[in-house]
Order: sequence, then C-alpha cells, then structure tokens
Amino acid sequence: MNALSRFFSRLEGPQTLGRGPGFWIGFLVVLAGACAYPLFSDGYTVGNTVYFFTWIFMALGLCLIWGYGGALSFGQTAFFGIAGYSYGILTINFGAAYGFTFVALLIAIGIAALFAALLGYFLFFGRISGVFLGIVTLSVTLVLERFMAQTAGPEWKIGAARLNGFNGMSNMPPLTVPWPGGDIVLFPDVQLYYVVLGLLVLVYLGLRILVNSPFGNVLVAIRENPERAEMLGYDIRKYQLGTFVIGAALAGLSGVLYTSWGQYITPSSMGMTAAALPIVWVAVGGRSDLTTTLVGTLTVLAVFQALTIHGSQYALVVMGIMLVLTVLLAPRGLIYALARLIARPFTKRQPGDA
Amino acid sequence: MPMLQTIGLNKRFGGLHVTNNVDLTLEAGEVHCLIGPNGAGKSTLFRLILGEHLPSSGAILFGGEDITGLKPFQRIRRGMSVKFQVPGIFKALSVRQNLEIAMQHHYPPAALGEEIDRLLAFLNLTADSTRLAGNLSHGQKQWLEIGMAVSLKPRLLLLDEPTAGMSPEETFATGEMVKRLNAEGMTVLAVEHDMAFVRQVAHKVTVLHLGRVFAQGSIDEIVANEDVAAIYLGQTTAHETAHEAAHA
Repeated sequence: MNALSRFFSRLEGPQTLGRGPGFWIGFLVVLAGACAYPLFSDGYTVGNTVYFFTWIFMALGLCLIWGYGGALSFGQTAFFGIAGYSYGILTINFGAAYGFTFVALLIAIGIAALFAALLGYFLFFGRISGVFLGIVTLSVTLVLERFMAQTAGPEWKIGAARLNGFNGMSNMPPLTVPWPGGDIVLFPDVQLYYVVLGLLVLVYLGLRILVNSPFGNVLVAIRENPERAEMLGYDIRKYQLGTFVIGAALAGLSGVLYTSWGQYITPSSMGMTAAALPIVWVAVGGRSDLTTTLVGTLTVLAVFQALTIHGSQYALVVMGIMLVLTVLLAPRGLIYALARLIARPFTKRQPGDA
Repeated sequence: MPMLQTIGLNKRFGGLHVTNNVDLTLEAGEVHCLIGPNGAGKSTLFRLILGEHLPSSGAILFGGEDITGLKPFQRIRRGMSVKFQVPGIFKALSVRQNLEIAMQHHYPPAALGEEIDRLLAFLNLTADSTRLAGNLSHGQKQWLEIGMAVSLKPRLLLLDEPTAGMSPEETFATGEMVKRLNAEGMTVLAVEHDMAFVRQVAHKVTVLHLGRVFAQGSIDEIVANEDVAAIYLGQTTAHETAHEAAHA
C-alpha cells in the first residue's frame, strides 16, 4: 500500500462513523442533492441555506477540540469574532479588487489562529484542563465582547473601518472572485452557495482523514487517558495546542463567511448566548463524530430558525431543553444515537461492542 | 555503566520527607524489585524516576545521562516505559487501537499491522482484538498495558504492582512474561507486594522503609533478614526508633 492510497484510506477508520460502499453511495446521493438543490429553490432560500452552512465549520472545529480531544472550549466564538472583524477591517480598508477578499479571508483566519496559538500555549503548556479550560476560554470570549461593545466612539477606528460598538461593523464587501468579464460578487445567492458547499465538503473530508490518522489516534488517546498518552512518549501539550489552533481556524472561517454573507458583524456574535450555542449544536448532534456533528448542527439550526420565524420567543429555551434532554437521554448525542439505531441491522455486532 | 542510578534523591511534601536520600542502582539486564510496607515511599520513588514528580534534591541518571529535569515524555523517548498499578489503557477504544496508538511511531506504516498481530498473539489477546479495552477482564487489561509498555521497545521497563488483583495463575504467567522480556535484554524495575512473584523474577531486591533504603540483596538474603521481617510485622527496630526520635 503506497502512501497516497494510505492517505485516502483514512477517509474511513475507527474514529468516524460510516464506512463501506453503502455509506459513500449515501454520501454522494446527499452531495448530488445538495448540488441540485438551488435548481429547485429561489435565491433567497438558497442564501438562507448558506447562512446555515457558514456555522458548520465552527461546529466541526469544536467537534475536533471537544469531541475528539476532550477539551471543552467556549472560545470558538472568540475566534469567530476575531476573524470576522479582521475581515471587515481589511476589506473596508483595501477593497475587493484583484481577489483581495480571499487574501483577507486567509489573513483573517491566520489572525484567529495566531490568537488561538497564543491563548492555547498558556492553557495547554500551563496544564489547564477540564472545567478550568471552559472557564478561561469563556472569560476570554466575554472580555472580547465587552471590549468590542465599548468601541462605539469615533476614536475607535482602524483606517477607514469604524468598529462601531454594539451597532456593529458593516458595509464590508462580500467575497469577490476576480473574473475577466467583470468581478463576480458572492452575494448570499447560488454562487456563494456552491463556494461554501465546496469548502464544506473539503473540510469535512479533510477532517475525516485527520482524525483517522496517527494524529487523530493520539488525540482520542489524550481524551481517554492523558497520563497514559504522555507515558507512551507523546508530548500531549503539542497535540492539544495543534487541535485547538485547527479548531480556531475553522471558527475563523465561519466568522469570515458570516461577515461576508451579511456584510455585518457585531460584538454579540461573541456574547454569552453565541458562545453557548456551538456547544448545544455539537452536543445534540453527537460530539464524538464529525458526521453526526454536521447533521446535528444543521438540524438544530433549522429548528432554531423555524421557532424564531414563527414568533416563538422561546427558541433559546427550547435549545436549553434540547441540551438537557440530550445529556439525560443520549449523552453521546441524539443524532449519534439515531445513527447507531439505523446502522444496527446492517452491521454485525462485535463481541463487547458498546 | 548502570542503566539507572539515583543519587541522594530527596522528596519532601511540606513537612513530610517521603523520599529520604535514596541511592539506587540498576545494572543493565537485571530484574530489580522494590518492596516495602505501605507508606514506604515506593510509589513516590517510582514517580520521581518517571518524572511525574521532581525531586527536592538529588539526581537521576539514565544510561549515564542526567535526566533529573526532563519531562515524562522525554524520558519515555530515551528508552523508559511504564505499566501503572491501575491499568492505564484507553477503555473506549478497541484493543487493537490501544496497541496501534502505542506502536504507530515505532514501526513503518507498512509493517505496523503485522507487528500488532504479533504482539496480540504474545499477549493472548488475538481473539479479543476488536473488543473495547474497557470490557476486558482485569488480568487481560493488565497484560494489554504491559503490551503497550513493551511495544515501545524500552531499555528499562518500570512495573508498578504488575500483578495487583491477579489470580495466582495470572500472576505466574505475568512472571514468565517478565522473564521472557528480560531474556530479550530488557532491564526491569518492579514495585511488587506479591513475594511469590518477586521470588519468581527478581535478581535483586531493595526494601524501602520510611522513605529510605532499608536493605538490599538477593531474595534469599532479604527473606533471611530479621529486621525486614520486623518492619513488615509493623514493629520498628531499635535503630529505627532512635532514628525517628531524632527526626521528631
């Protein structure tokens, strides 16, 4: 088996649900459906679907940090906000010509990742774990929100970009593809849909390969028993930091896509509610698997929006109840439990399988 | 050159002097057992050697290199490996994956599967390879962890009560396993209560008492030592009483 085929064989493995031709045929059918979907829908609905998609990157990042690495982080929205604001500041100052929006996207993600590396260094090399990791990351997120909230005055600007406090930063250009016949501006419509869908497939498959690689092996080993993992010669701090940074970069990608999608970002995207929601999506879906996280996030977002649209002011309360029910009834996630139930008749049970 | 040497090793927790000026030497190729009554400081000494605790003073040499300030994973990479008292395995993962995690950086990817199969056979776990490690019997868990420790091909294997909770048959089988590993060139340091096991495997025995090296020698010499018998019966010798009085 050469290196390349070994690389692709990691698309399935012990760390991911779904294997064999059946799963991949299902995957292609869903993908084909997702590709065909704009043909049967209107621009507004497709744009709304993109909005759902933008959050999934952050959820997958949290799935990696928490579900696979065992470190509960409330910091995802901080990195989301940092990248979102960075994208806004860069593009408001330098415009959208010559494909600069995509350069800004990369720089913004880089800034979020750098911040995560700095914070993660102190967290993991300071051996902070468990509930304290959650407390510190939540505090950092809330401090950032508070800080951005007090930037309403005109003195708070970077170049041409006003930070604008709680009113939020707006009017940054959307992602723009340079094109010979005139730039293609990716407004929340069919074109942006395909770009984000492409990114989603890429990130999902890339993460599947990552978690089934030797790196992923060490990651779950740290979740299961950090002392043993270290006593096998692994510098677990480096693995935790690496995971934290990858997860933060994905949150950053979400932040940029969100900001570009609505041409708008506010401090409340880093607030208490915003910081708690990714935890709910990932927990309800099933944090220990990428696929259940993806499906769970989409489901919860759709339910949340349906509730909000139909005038219920209790959407957040319902979210809370969903989280509590998950913890009580299906601690590994509702979608995860459902997936196991569906898969049961088709798989031979291994002796001692959980 | 000794495989492992501790020189004037001290560890204090507040006012408690848990490791008191311990000089311990392990020659390459020997099986060395560390015994002593509860509270003698065996576990602390073990953790000092592993780097989980840092000594208050003194030095630890491994193959002649001073490793006193190194982190645990750095010591492991230099050729140490450990089996904990409570089986330190990855319970929610399969037996095979447990071994894969231990071995993945020690073998080329193409040969890894075969090496895991070989180790599974050595551990009598071939039939259980797809089971979750948490569902194994206690003895099997102990063996799985010994397997993970051994798979790193260490120069020095540290065993913390390897036979705790095992039946006499399992204890004997574990002893034979240790002897086989030693015959392949592995130096072994074991903390152990089970005297049958110590007799089965040990070339040399060190008795710890109140944090200090109390006696050292072959198993026969130790068994014949009346002072050792006395401390195990909970009596302190006249010498001990005087020592404690001096410290009080």
